[in-house]
Amino acid sequence: MEEENKKNTEEHDILNIENLTVRFETEDGVVHAVNGIDLKLGYRKTLGLVGETGAGKTTTALAMLRLVPNPPGVVECDRLEIDGKDVRDLSVNKLEQVRGKDISMIFQDPMTALNPVFTVGEQIAESIEIHEKLSKEKSLEKAGDMLEMVGIPRQRANEYPHQFSGGMKQRVVIAIALACNPKLLIADEPTTALDVTIQAQVLELMNELKEKYNTSMIMITHDLGIVAEVCDDVAVMYAGRIVEQGSLEEVYSDTKHPYTEGLFNSLPNIKNRQRMLKPIHGLMPDPSNLPKGCAFAPRCNYATDACKEAVPKLLCVKGTHKVACSRYESDPNFVIERGKK
Amino acid sequence: MADTILEVKNLKKYFKTSRGMLHAVDDISFTVERGKTLGLVGESGCGKSTTGRAILRLIEPTSGEVIFEGKDVTKLSKKDMRHMRKDMQIIFQDPFSSLDPKKTVSQIIAEPITENKIIKGKLAIEERVLELMDTVGLAERYINTYPHELDGGRRQRIGIARALAIEPKLIVCDEPVSALDVSIQAQILNLLKELQVKLGLTYLFITHNLSVVNHFSDDIAVMYLGQIVEKAPSEELFDNPIHPYTQALLSAIPIPELGHTRQRVQLKGEITSPIEPPAECRFAKRCMQCKKEICTTHIPQLLEVKPGHFVACPLKQEELGFSIQ
Amino acid sequence: MAEASNKNEIRASKLYKKRSSLEMVWRQLRKNKGALLGLFLLIIIIIGALIAPFIYDYKTDVIGMNVRQRMQWPSLQHICGTDDLGRDIFARIVYGARYSLAVGFIAVIIALIVGTALGATAGYIGGVFENVVMRICDIFSSIPSVLMAIAVVSALGKSTLNLMLAVGISSTAPFVRVARAAVLMVRGEEYVEAACAIGQPGWKTVIVHILPNCVSQIIVQATLRVGSAIISAAQLSFLGLGVPAPAPEWGSMLSAGRLYIRDYSYMTLFPGIAIMITVLALNLLGDGLRDALDPKLKR
Repeated sequence: MEEENKKNTEEHDILNIENLTVRFETEDGVVHAVNGIDLKLGYRKTLGLVGETGAGKTTTALAMLRLVPNPPGVVECDRLEIDGKDVRDLSVNKLEQVRGKDISMIFQDPMTALNPVFTVGEQIAESIEIHEKLSKEKSLEKAGDMLEMVGIPRQRANEYPHQFSGGMKQRVVIAIALACNPKLLIADEPTTALDVTIQAQVLELMNELKEKYNTSMIMITHDLGIVAEVCDDVAVMYAGRIVEQGSLEEVYSDTKHPYTEGLFNSLPNIKNRQRMLKPIHGLMPDPSNLPKGCAFAPRCNYATDACKEAVPKLLCVKGTHKVACSRYESDPNFVIERGKK
Repeated sequence: MADTILEVKNLKKYFKTSRGMLHAVDDISFTVERGKTLGLVGESGCGKSTTGRAILRLIEPTSGEVIFEGKDVTKLSKKDMRHMRKDMQIIFQDPFSSLDPKKTVSQIIAEPITENKIIKGKLAIEERVLELMDTVGLAERYINTYPHELDGGRRQRIGIARALAIEPKLIVCDEPVSALDVSIQAQILNLLKELQVKLGLTYLFITHNLSVVNHFSDDIAVMYLGQIVEKAPSEELFDNPIHPYTQALLSAIPIPELGHTRQRVQLKGEITSPIEPPAECRFAKRCMQCKKEICTTHIPQLLEVKPGHFVACPLKQEELGFSIQ
Repeated sequence: MAEASNKNEIRASKLYKKRSSLEMVWRQLRKNKGALLGLFLLIIIIIGALIAPFIYDYKTDVIGMNVRQRMQWPSLQHICGTDDLGRDIFARIVYGARYSLAVGFIAVIIALIVGTALGATAGYIGGVFENVVMRICDIFSSIPSVLMAIAVVSALGKSTLNLMLAVGISSTAPFVRVARAAVLMVRGEEYVEAACAIGQPGWKTVIVHILPNCVSQIIVQATLRVGSAIISAAQLSFLGLGVPAPAPEWGSMLSAGRLYIRDYSYMTLFPGIAIMITVLALNLLGDGLRDALDPKLKR
């Protein structure tokens, strides 16, 4: 397994998506959930996918696993490769081999992700049985190993989900997700429902396991603090598009996009309580009725008329740092407030 | 002398369960000054929401006193309590379940007014509703919409307008922004702050989010398993947290900035049960600084160790030179 | 100045009209083909029942005996044939709809009002009252409705009104249960707490906030119950306890046709089909309403 992973290091990205769009065709109109995004994720890297409700982050994750319900969802992309394999046209059987084995997901509500009528051990073992084709006994044994790995005594494998607290349920969910040593783990708001001290424990656990198993991860969250702790790269989504993308350093220290700036300004920061909150006025646009041009323009303090005409492309500004903002295109010296130091 | 609008004395709320008495709120005392904000902070199960509701008698306290503007609210008859409610209101956490889905915005906001017969006459009431909508930043055109047609931020504004409708003096804010997106949270927090200044409101701000409470409160009380473990002015609490739980809590908050090497105070294990808790420090089992001789033999009492700064930790009290019983 | 502002205010609420929930339920219902079919059938049956007196004269067409025309199989003149007394079965069926629908609806209305009041109060107050009400409810549910109806009819006599009463009483228990369950669910919602926080007394909250939010479940229950009420009424009439002869109640028509079932099966077939179609229509509509009103299935 070590050698296999070594092979992956330089060869290909774990995830390669080009021009992904997802729309939902409902009788009330077409909902443009995801509007053309590109994502690449390297071996052992963690990407933070940041955005608020309705930005399209969860839909993107579901599209990667081809879990978007087919009516009414329509998924289109130029490229969708997981660990070098094109998964766009895989049959359901082949797809099931990929899910859980190469790419695993932790869904948004961990509390309901566990089946109440099966023991915790059985649920972890299920994944192992399917993908590693081990016998039931061996799978249960390995399930016990996984429990120990996430800090739960292996005797508790015979207990049912309701006997565990929220934080422990989340650990079990992580154990299931990592049971088959996937190359890519997608975690959709894994700690939102948890208390802050438990959140800290779980994030630390995820970091440890990530290192140990050489897993790449996509962390979907709205919490910029979590991203700072866990991620290497960041992609900020707004109205189904990526508006800013780059390494953690680039996006945090050299923020370019006005929306990202707005997010930082909206956060009360315990290190700096004097500062007044500067919220972004207005609301995210209705995805079935996106404005012409830049979707953020109506709320942007820096918007010009040109912004309302055309949707800005995601262009590289420095190194791996990309921004989708027409102000940078037209004026190379354009700087936002946060950029002025 | 400070103008104390609310004084809570030895408030307790116990629930009977099949496994014994659940000590949801266990002997809490604090005061709040008029026009200020007290932040009540803690994780799930600490009893902060129960405290908020007990103060308003939405849940009946098991024992203790809640003295609002000189009157003990716990001793009032149901009828007198209803009168009292005009001065004490609440904003709920969930902007969806706290609004009747079958009522329009106008009906929801007008209800406190019509219920308490503050204003008479359809037109006058509607005028007040529009005024309130304007105050909280809700466009006039939403007057006849239903809650499910609006997003979370707007729904929360309806909840705020409803709380303000009869001009209360005290508002209990029970996690008012936790269910909202980050950018909307900021809008609502700013609104609440503005209203406090404009209308001279006093807030009891209940939340689990420390960064929010830091920004928003004058004083903060940290709760753990039904008890207040530390209370201090906000800045003091954040700069000098004394109780080990407060220290752990503060260190656990992810900071959205680079270059912080965190000294995280790790807690052992999970929260212990609030059912029939032992007579010792309830945090002892998880505390990294626990010293068995002191922590299991003394029941923590809230003591003022510095001006305005209270801690309930025998270990720290001793360290700071106070004698403990 | 005051007048001008008054005019502005009137403008606000009249200007921004509310979209009624009825509209939204209809939109959901429209998508369900079964429910639309049920609604369509029901409308036809109701229209038939309403215009019956204008098409057929009661004395001659419905109960008038015509011995020469007795026992005729379905033909062009008599679409459903004639019965043993020479009466046109189709005319009797159309007229009979009036009885079945009237009994069905009124019985359910009685059950709804009494059942909801009891159930809602039980759910809200709880405690001993709730226990007592629910146990009585259990007892009522375990008595076969026929026995209950026999008791009522024996005590009060045979008539259409007493039939409604009997069927109504035996249909009350399900409403008590549904109302109580709905109230229990809504009682825990935060907006009920909010109503208390603004100083609203409990009983008022039940009427203003809790019941309107239980209405959908009660309506679904009511629609489905009309079907069972019609069947109950038919059963009772079949046993001779319902609407007295010669009234063309479908159940009594079934009963009368019993004697001739082997050789003249059409006499029982057509009233039976009438009952079946009516109840089917109500069930389809009821199921459709349940889906349309269920907030979780929306969008």
